[in-house]
Amino acid sequence: MLSYVARRFFGAVPTLFIIVTVAFFLIRVAPGGPFDLERPLEAKVMENLNRIYQLDKPLWHQYLLYLESLLRGDLGPSFYFRDFSVSELFARGLPISIQLGCAALLLALLVGGLLGVIAALRQNRGTDVAVMATATFGITVPNFVVAPLLTLLFAIWLGWLPAGGWGDGALANKILPILTLALPQIAIIARLTRGSMIEMLRANHIRTARANGLPGYVVVGVHALRGALLPVVSYLGPAAAALLTGSVVIETIFGIPGVGRYFVQGALNRDYTLVMGTVIMIALFIIVFNLIVDLLYAVLDPRVRYD
Amino acid sequence: MTATGDPILESRDLNVRFATPDGEVHAVRGVDLRVRAGETIAIVGESGSGKSQLMMATMGLLAQNGRTEGSVRFRGQELLGLSARALNRYRGQKLSMIFQEPMTSLDPLYTIGRQIAEPLVHHKGISRAEARPRVLELLKLVGIPEPERRLDSYPHELSGGQRQRAMIAMALANGPEILIADEPTTALDVTIQAQILELLADLQRRLGMAIVFITHDLGIVRDFAERVYVMQEGRVVETGPTAQILARPEHAYTQMLLAAEPEGRKPTVPAGEPLLLEGRDLKVVFRIGGGWLSRVRHEVRAVDGIDLVLREGQTLGVVGESGSGKSTLGRALLRLLPSEGAIRYKGRDLQGQDRAALRPLRRELQLVFQDPFGSLSPRMTVGQIVTEGLLVHEPELSAKERDRRAAQALEEVQLDPLMRNRFPHEFSGGQRQRIAIARAMILKPKLVVLDEPTSALDRSVQKQVLALLRELQAANGLTYIFISHDLAVVRAMADEVLVMKDGRVVERGITEAIYERPHEAYTRALIAAAFRHEARSGVS
Repeated sequence: MLSYVARRFFGAVPTLFIIVTVAFFLIRVAPGGPFDLERPLEAKVMENLNRIYQLDKPLWHQYLLYLESLLRGDLGPSFYFRDFSVSELFARGLPISIQLGCAALLLALLVGGLLGVIAALRQNRGTDVAVMATATFGITVPNFVVAPLLTLLFAIWLGWLPAGGWGDGALANKILPILTLALPQIAIIARLTRGSMIEMLRANHIRTARANGLPGYVVVGVHALRGALLPVVSYLGPAAAALLTGSVVIETIFGIPGVGRYFVQGALNRDYTLVMGTVIMIALFIIVFNLIVDLLYAVLDPRVRYD
Repeated sequence: MTATGDPILESRDLNVRFATPDGEVHAVRGVDLRVRAGETIAIVGESGSGKSQLMMATMGLLAQNGRTEGSVRFRGQELLGLSARALNRYRGQKLSMIFQEPMTSLDPLYTIGRQIAEPLVHHKGISRAEARPRVLELLKLVGIPEPERRLDSYPHELSGGQRQRAMIAMALANGPEILIADEPTTALDVTIQAQILELLADLQRRLGMAIVFITHDLGIVRDFAERVYVMQEGRVVETGPTAQILARPEHAYTQMLLAAEPEGRKPTVPAGEPLLLEGRDLKVVFRIGGGWLSRVRHEVRAVDGIDLVLREGQTLGVVGESGSGKSTLGRALLRLLPSEGAIRYKGRDLQGQDRAALRPLRRELQLVFQDPFGSLSPRMTVGQIVTEGLLVHEPELSAKERDRRAAQALEEVQLDPLMRNRFPHEFSGGQRQRIAIARAMILKPKLVVLDEPTSALDRSVQKQVLALLRELQAANGLTYIFISHDLAVVRAMADEVLVMKDGRVVERGITEAIYERPHEAYTRALIAAAFRHEARSGVS
């Protein structure tokens, strides 16, 4: 088990290396640089800046320098937020983004799973049709439409919740962003759970459980649900990725100081190190999450346990 | 033991209907059935006769679109229309059931110890820890080896036979008065079948519950049942004591079922006939694992050094239990799987040839599969399926000519040529197997590997397909490799037999000699298991 985890991490190194390399050269291909302002800087100043940040060296040299600092665990200074290193920015933003993402994922699992099970048990009846129609709606409407609508309803008209800002992590400030992030995931998880649950309820071993006269909650909750959760668990990896990229939009709309908005700002301002840092962070996050998913899968399904 | 007294389970005018998109299916039509305490009855019929649905209705296990009418009473209590909660006072306690599919009937995610404990925990209201000694006792009762260790095993760690034993243990947990066994041995190897049936008979002697066998196997009926219900198209067409029904069947359908055992023998081919296929020291090794992060490599020797010689017009029967490597051997001989060793066809070495060089030979070497449902593309018409090989081997044919050949091929397998524009799902299992045979025959092959060609078919249909295969062989001078686990079928079809176990040949020879005087214990066990019914009825 431990050796499996170690092997998986070891196996992720080449993946990370490729991601870093591709991202490094891609952002450099984009025209412009971090110090191109509307009013151009003096040539001498520009030269000095480039020297300080080592942008005057050949590209391959810069690449090697970056790799070297990465190995030391240093993500470099931010070009745009001059007084901060990329690591410092993440240290402040990451806890906030992780909080939002995990809360949204948990909400999506609970609500989506419950809706999916209910729909499966009422297959092709009114409840089922209603849940699935809502779910389809939830998937198709993008979150930059949902967010303003929710703000209008709960913040402007009803005045129950603040329209934006973090408010030092007050619960009221978190509700709308978490809800907006979770909504499409609730819809997807509900659909997934319904599908696998319907299949499970027809399985032979469910027939066995019924023939043994087990009560309904045991048949559904113990035997059908655990099997039906397997496809949902496999979806958690992509879901985590979706929540991270989703938070880019959500954090911008609600003005939340997470790491999502660094992605946008970094890219727009050609803040090379910040973009690289964000890419590496997201990649790491997805790799770790996929590992968690695989381990969770093994806990749920004895047939795929690792030696 | 002959049971007397009042029936404990009684159905009156039971009807089961299913609402389907194609209209209503009336699966069970007015069945009256009685089970007395401690007796063994059998419900016999072919697939689709409604025999399973009859008992599913009794247990409240019908699919959602199923409706029942009539009455099913257990000790006077009406079972139909009871809520699930009320029905659970009987299911798993008074009435329990085991199923055909031991591979999928246990929950793969829980240990068998826990699953067997569940009926105890929920009906007796004891804790799982309290149930454990009783579960251990049950595992010993059904003869699972190393029961202490097996308590904590998952279903995938058990063999098919052991899983069926675990199912039986679960069904017996609360000491039921009636055990319903729905084709309990159909999915198992013959030697395992015999063990499971012995176990059920033994358990009945010791525990005294009534057993209802649902089966298509007249052997089980003959050996175990006191009374028989013969079902056809949802109706009971004949019922009575087993001996009477088997000796003097009155209904035409029963007579047909009884006459459906495969018969006939194939004469031996003279030794002077030319050699067609030769295999020398044939080996197929599957390597498992060995990704670049795991160094664990695992070798499975599916075929381990087999020699064989086939003369024109011969039928070589390859028998063995599942996993013995018989299908792999068939595929390797046609070079559909990579193998080591020599394969010579009409004196030509097949091993050295690449795909392009093999292609012209492919039309002479054909294959028919077991599964008539999975081996026909559902999106092609029968005409397209049958003539697909012609596109490769006779590309110069016009569409019209191909169509004529399709009609001719279908006629050859005794199907209406007008059916060539229909799709596979419109055909029965037997018809589909005829289509698969037509697909091979249209190319005028010399050698056909028949991989369990009749195993998925009812006995009566099987008999017809075997007759067809025999006619085609005689008319076209074909050579067959007949792969089967069914020794009765192989005896009727093959002139030479090869008995396989774990990739090796255990015994081989002329069919009659092997069946009359088997030398190896394994062969004897296979034959004893397959023909135990005949042997016993021969004595009586």
